[in-house]
Amino acid sequence: MTDYFWQYGTLGVLAVAGAGFVAVGFLVNRIMRPTFARPEKYTTYECGVDPVGEGWSQTQIRYYIYAFLFVIFDVEAVFLFPFATIFERFPNAGLVLVEMIVFVVILAVGLLYAWKKKVLEWV
Amino acid sequence: MGLVEQVNFPKPAKFILNWGRKYSLWVMNFGLACCAIELIAASTSRHDFIRLGVIPVAHGPRQADMLVVAGTLTDKMAPALKRVYEQIPEPKYVISFGSCSNCGGPFWDSYSVTKGVDQIVPVDVYVPGCPPRPEALLEGILKLQERIGQESLKDHFARRRATEPIVVGGGPIHQTAIRDE
Repeated sequence: MTDYFWQYGTLGVLAVAGAGFVAVGFLVNRIMRPTFARPEKYTTYECGVDPVGEGWSQTQIRYYIYAFLFVIFDVEAVFLFPFATIFERFPNAGLVLVEMIVFVVILAVGLLYAWKKKVLEWV
Repeated sequence: MGLVEQVNFPKPAKFILNWGRKYSLWVMNFGLACCAIELIAASTSRHDFIRLGVIPVAHGPRQADMLVVAGTLTDKMAPALKRVYEQIPEPKYVISFGSCSNCGGPFWDSYSVTKGVDQIVPVDVYVPGCPPRPEALLEGILKLQERIGQESLKDHFARRRATEPIVVGGGPIHQTAIRDE
């Protein structure tokens, strides 16, 4: 049981150390850096002239295909990670591997379908 | 708080801080005319100022430490130069590249040229030439790096604060400052 808690304890220490690293970096910078605030420094940069129009611009909706494909293959990756950690413990590892390959092939067929439907070409 | 501008660091710490600053002088290219071509040539592989740490980012003045004004500055462009200079965070340095930005150069007699960018921004290094060879820019950068290596930031900022003009009644110093929109 203490082994179990030790693993999470190590992770907790790592998280605290990571946050502390960033915090110390920013703190040292805050202490050391010179302050020379001028009103022009807070202006928006637009090649030296006064900025016109809004700061917002519209993202092209054509990128939705990439988001779509990403979600599918990301979920596949999430399924692959825990499989990879315990895969070696099975006595019939060959059969288990074939089963996982079938899973990946099913999703690859989906990718092939997307390719043939010309979804991967630029619109 | 600004420790670097309030404390004279001991020599080893000052050496390291100045070393870090002088070998990472990211430059805001302000290429205006023919000298801009020589500036770009100085960044290409034959002369290569990137090996000195001077990376021509030009994404914007906020990531830059140094401004290189290369080319003829006209009176119409001068407020834009001033605004870009002001938007660079401290500590910042300016190299004036080419004779047009040094003193007006061949257009000394023109009705629309600013005779020298030092009328607009404080210049640290002048690189004369029409146009200067890229090696001249390399020498200018090296001289600036030598100066930064000896620099005391406390004196630098004390001098800047002492020579900053006073505006009676408050308000921004330069008329290029923000309008409320």
